[in-house]
Amino acid sequence: MFEMLLIEGLAIGACYGLFGVAVAIIYKTSDVVNFAQGEMGMLATFVAYHIMTAYGWPFYLAFPATLLFAILLGMAIEICFLRPAKEPTVLGLLILTLGAEMLLMGLAGWKWGAEQKDFPFLLSVHKNVEIFPGFALNEWTIGVFVLTAVVMVLLFLFFRYSKLGIAMRATQQNENAAKIMGIKVERVFSITWGMSSLIGALAAMFFAARSVLDPNFMMEPFMRAFAAAVLGGLTSIPGVVIGGLILGITENFFGYAWPEWKPIVAFVVIILIITVRPSGLFAKHYVKKV
Amino acid sequence: MDMKRDYYEDIELFKSGTVLFWSILLLLFLFTLPLYMPSYNIYLFNIILVNVILAVGLNILVGYTGQISLGHAGFFAVGAYGTSLIMMHLHFPFPVAIILAALIAALLGFVIGLPALRLEGPYLAIATLGFGLTIMHVIGRWEIFGGRMGITAPPLDLGIPGSAWSLVLKGDVQIYYLILVIAVLLVIGARNLMKTRVGRAFMSIRDDDIAAEVMGVNLTIFKTMSFAVSAFYAGIAGGLYGFVVSFFDPFSFNLILSILFLVMVVVGGLGSVLGAIMGAVLITYLQYDLLKNVENLPYLGGLLVAVSKQWFTVIGLANFSGIALGLIMIAIVIFEPLGMFGIWIRIKKYWKTWPF
Repeated sequence: MFEMLLIEGLAIGACYGLFGVAVAIIYKTSDVVNFAQGEMGMLATFVAYHIMTAYGWPFYLAFPATLLFAILLGMAIEICFLRPAKEPTVLGLLILTLGAEMLLMGLAGWKWGAEQKDFPFLLSVHKNVEIFPGFALNEWTIGVFVLTAVVMVLLFLFFRYSKLGIAMRATQQNENAAKIMGIKVERVFSITWGMSSLIGALAAMFFAARSVLDPNFMMEPFMRAFAAAVLGGLTSIPGVVIGGLILGITENFFGYAWPEWKPIVAFVVIILIITVRPSGLFAKHYVKKV
Repeated sequence: MDMKRDYYEDIELFKSGTVLFWSILLLLFLFTLPLYMPSYNIYLFNIILVNVILAVGLNILVGYTGQISLGHAGFFAVGAYGTSLIMMHLHFPFPVAIILAALIAALLGFVIGLPALRLEGPYLAIATLGFGLTIMHVIGRWEIFGGRMGITAPPLDLGIPGSAWSLVLKGDVQIYYLILVIAVLLVIGARNLMKTRVGRAFMSIRDDDIAAEVMGVNLTIFKTMSFAVSAFYAGIAGGLYGFVVSFFDPFSFNLILSILFLVMVVVGGLGSVLGAIMGAVLITYLQYDLLKNVENLPYLGGLLVAVSKQWFTVIGLANFSGIALGLIMIAIVIFEPLGMFGIWIRIKKYWKTWPF
């Protein structure tokens, strides 16, 4: 029982972490907390659903098409909504992304209605695979672990070695200096949003495979993932994933002991931890200088 | 245009005879409103006034002190449940009950203000968001709160229930007058608070908390006080809201409601009492009236139904209010960061020197 809870918690936590990484990438580069992240993933998942059910495309075609849509959606939101805002405040950015969230949620509700649907996903929660004798995991869990590991390694390589990744880090450190060095900062922001939307869409499809598909289905996972990201420290990508894992395990064990308090245990833990460590567990806390 | 020559000019309630005249006219209009309004509209006005109280309170926190709260639905719920439960179980008269409930909300505001001392930006947003959700779930789980089914508000008794002093208010119109009086008092209270030492301390924290601390503003006291005052307003608004709708369940106090409250303040204009009022009126009207039956709107309604039939679903058209609100939020941040208050200021400046 203990191992079951632990592994399930780790799997959910990895999914939170993956989605939290999507939030963290945007925050890292442009200091924007993207509250529309959940709904961007939700819309992408609905597009996958629509392509598969209405047009009858097979999964292996619908999947890349959806990822392409997710990238374009992220870029479109950056170009249409964030770029025109002139020197917005933290609160202004919050309202902007919340507005995008309500917009996307409204659009999805308008198009697909509020009833819950089953999302046909390649990996199922109910099919077990024996990895080595006596130890079986369901496909979904394996998929999440593999995907998270792959995304983490790719992101690490990307930020460490690729020109674009270095440009992103430069933009995060000092926007003006990056501009002077010849980095097209605005383009970097768009690409960041595209990337983040891509990762978010991947995670969202995993969430949809586990629960149901309706316009609200990403609200709770998004808040958890955001909380996980804050827990790990929004600026450190490995920290975010570790935060997600901690959150997933805590939630699963608490959920087992006191099922009725499961929805809020995550937030109580978060509030307690960020009160002690205001920038999360793994990020450097910068003291503001005058 | 707004030059102040002495302290009295800063604190006086009405800047000029014109303002006095229009204020009195507005109050007269509001107090005689039930004479020429159908009953459903009075219900709408009640909701608007409740939201005005809340927006003015939230504006103290967000607009004047520069903190972020995504958990005000939680304080709102504490006010609503607190007032009703105190009246039901302890049989206190309404004024005592609502003030007690608002004080409980203020205490919670003080508690959530403590972590806020160390948090800012997204971290504060997630902490307050977590608080709001926690309140919602706690209320939903405990039997004394009526659980998931919600509770019905008791009769609104201004005096002592069951005695000769009993004075029960019935119907939307009587509740309207009660809310109107409380709203006017609280709005004037908020406006005056901002002209005192406390209000100036709040504003200095918003502008730069380190500079404020250097100037001798005690951040611990004033940040938590701002949360407490704001929560107090939310508690009063919640207590009244319970009687306006007369039936409520925990899941009506969700995150969307917190977002809506924040939107009211931002759309109206941060750091201005008038702005908060305008924002609350506009957003509540849109949410509860104009966008509720969007297919019945002239011109636009037919077009939207046609669009729905072509590309979307007609049944999903109810989601149009979300789309409209989202667009308003985005447009306000992009085009008019000062909100409706900014537009108002520009109109005023334009007409001040009109022919030229």
